[in-house]
Amino acid sequence: MSSSIETLVNREYAYGFVTDVETDTLPPGLSEAVVRLISGKKEEPAWLLEWRLRAYKRWLTMKEPHWPNVKYGPLDYQSQSYYSAPRSVKPLQSLDDVDPELLRTYEKLGIPLAEQKFLSGVAVDAIFDSVSVGTTMKEELKAHGIIFCSLGEAVREHPELVQKYLGSVVPHSDNFFAALNAAVFSDGSFVYVPKGVRCPMELSTYFRINSEGTGQFERTLIVADEGSYVSYLEGCTAPKRSTSQLHAAVVELVALKDATIKYSTVQNWYAGDKEGQGGIYNFVTKRGKCVGANSKISWTQVETGSAITWKYPSVILQGDNSTGEFYSVAVVNNRQQADTGTKMIHIGRNTKSNIVSKGISAGHGQNSYRGQVKVMPKAVGARNYTQCDSMLVGNECGAHTFPYIEVGNNTAQVEHEASTSKIGEDQIFYLKQRGLSAEQAVSMIVSGFCKEVFKELPMEFALEAQQLLGITLEGSVG
Amino acid sequence: MLEIKNLHATAGDKEILRGIDLTVNAGEVHAVMGPNGSGKSTLAQVLAGHPAYEVTAGTVTYEGEDLLAMDPEVRAQQGIFLAFQYPVEIPGVSNAYFLRAAYNEIRKARGEEEIDPMSFADLMDERMKLVEMDPAMLSRSVNTGFSGGEKKRNEILQMAVLEPKLAVLDETDSGLDIDALRIVANGVNSLKRPDNATIVVTHYQRLLNYIVPDFVHVLAGGRIVRSGGKELALELEEKGYDWLLEGAVA
Repeated sequence: MSSSIETLVNREYAYGFVTDVETDTLPPGLSEAVVRLISGKKEEPAWLLEWRLRAYKRWLTMKEPHWPNVKYGPLDYQSQSYYSAPRSVKPLQSLDDVDPELLRTYEKLGIPLAEQKFLSGVAVDAIFDSVSVGTTMKEELKAHGIIFCSLGEAVREHPELVQKYLGSVVPHSDNFFAALNAAVFSDGSFVYVPKGVRCPMELSTYFRINSEGTGQFERTLIVADEGSYVSYLEGCTAPKRSTSQLHAAVVELVALKDATIKYSTVQNWYAGDKEGQGGIYNFVTKRGKCVGANSKISWTQVETGSAITWKYPSVILQGDNSTGEFYSVAVVNNRQQADTGTKMIHIGRNTKSNIVSKGISAGHGQNSYRGQVKVMPKAVGARNYTQCDSMLVGNECGAHTFPYIEVGNNTAQVEHEASTSKIGEDQIFYLKQRGLSAEQAVSMIVSGFCKEVFKELPMEFALEAQQLLGITLEGSVG
Repeated sequence: MLEIKNLHATAGDKEILRGIDLTVNAGEVHAVMGPNGSGKSTLAQVLAGHPAYEVTAGTVTYEGEDLLAMDPEVRAQQGIFLAFQYPVEIPGVSNAYFLRAAYNEIRKARGEEEIDPMSFADLMDERMKLVEMDPAMLSRSVNTGFSGGEKKRNEILQMAVLEPKLAVLDETDSGLDIDALRIVANGVNSLKRPDNATIVVTHYQRLLNYIVPDFVHVLAGGRIVRSGGKELALELEEKGYDWLLEGAVA
């Protein structure tokens, strides 16, 4: 039936350029000496070096996981560099000190950092390779007592907060890639919202991989104190390279009593070419902990890039009446592979979780949803609703679903709904008969399919996400 | 406006249309009737350019151009509208959004400016009255969860908004109760103008009580076996199709 639905080439990846800056890059290889060197470059306190070394030693005893439903050749951890920084970046006094070449890079990416061009209502921390090149809106945030800076700066300026919460959600020994990250993480963003403060603007981190042959290991830590609220956005791009690059990040969210954290990601790492050469291996550990009662953590992700995506933004629902949400759109085209989903761990009483996952597979892409809902024995009145929908575009792609449900309390209510549909030739023809092109038709059908997730995104991101979706799927119908 | 000559078309390896000749002029209403499997719906789909059918011989000229060389969306932009027998559901896409996108594509093709959402809302208000449609239908997903009658009405609403030159109604009467039939037919009649034309594909004469054709054609075995005026439809109602079929099946 799908004679006219064929895979053609993808549109050129618009962010595939390379910035020519002098870098301070460590030679390839990983050893205790490298861990010490990274820590030394960042002039870290002893406790942090100790933590890194514990993670490194633990990592040496761990095996790379291969349970995800993705295929790739062996990774050589000794052939890549674990630290790369533009040479011009030193601890900055103001954004005026940022290398103009870097400012131009971010401008090209649509993220103006120069003071006069601030995105309205958004504060940005820009991470270039391993380091933060600048954070905007800091002063205004400071007036509210909000800390938004690079993690490196937070270690220097607010060590007590970092020490208290770093690794409190994703321990250094959590899993293979999280342990690797803990050992060699270079930078990332840090957010602290004090008691009772509603963050007046969106906070955003923009990650850019530039150097070749380096891994990116950033680490983000967000702490929302009692009764506070913060919405945080994350965007990512990388140059086109024929070799794959590892991105093993960790994100930890801590929500205290009555606090809400909303975390949105639009992930557009380079996906590799249509034969599957190159692209980012996006092996990421993201987890939030609803520590206090009535707290809420909501993850929204739109995953369109990366050669391989392996991530499960999760919520530990410890506080009574706490809520965890996961809204996801994952798109694979050409040879992309994604194994993504969430874990909702219900510990407290009357905890609620809501999962909406939309997987779209086109070309030869393979898309897996993997989700765990676990209700612990004391989680009286826990409720979960999971909706997991897959859409296929063409005949060569695949969609897979791996739900794991464990219920240890008989008052729990757990619902799971799943569907798989194929984007029909009849749907496309119907829209074409009304004057729309095949690509407009596919984009409209897919956007409709993803609507429940898009409506969770902040306004300016929703539009970007919709456009990205169109670009990723461009050429997926003949 | 439309000139079909010796049109042959296949679905897979099965030949369904076996030499159709039909001329439609501006201002005319043509009814294409025939028993099940005679090729009526195939003719409608072929005119719209459905990819499941392959034209193996013949020509179709539309406004002096080779219709068969046009992609389906170009045909739509040039003013050909097919009211589907089975309107397709597009979950998550609101009827209003879809219609405005379609309307703007057709305007763009005519070299006109895109319409803004406010003016479009006014246009919709007016056109929805033609098919007595509840405005709440606009915010619902395209055809999703619509009843059979609602779907057909939605087709006519689209026709009212897109204002085609040549509308092809494929079994629009099937599944409609008498009230819905009257509403749909009124909609179609009020859209009739001297510069547009309509082809009504139907199995039953019933619809033709409301949409009065200038010409009636009987299709059987992939060919037009009889053409006449509106009285031919009444004759079919009385006698059935059998008397026309002898010798028609090749």
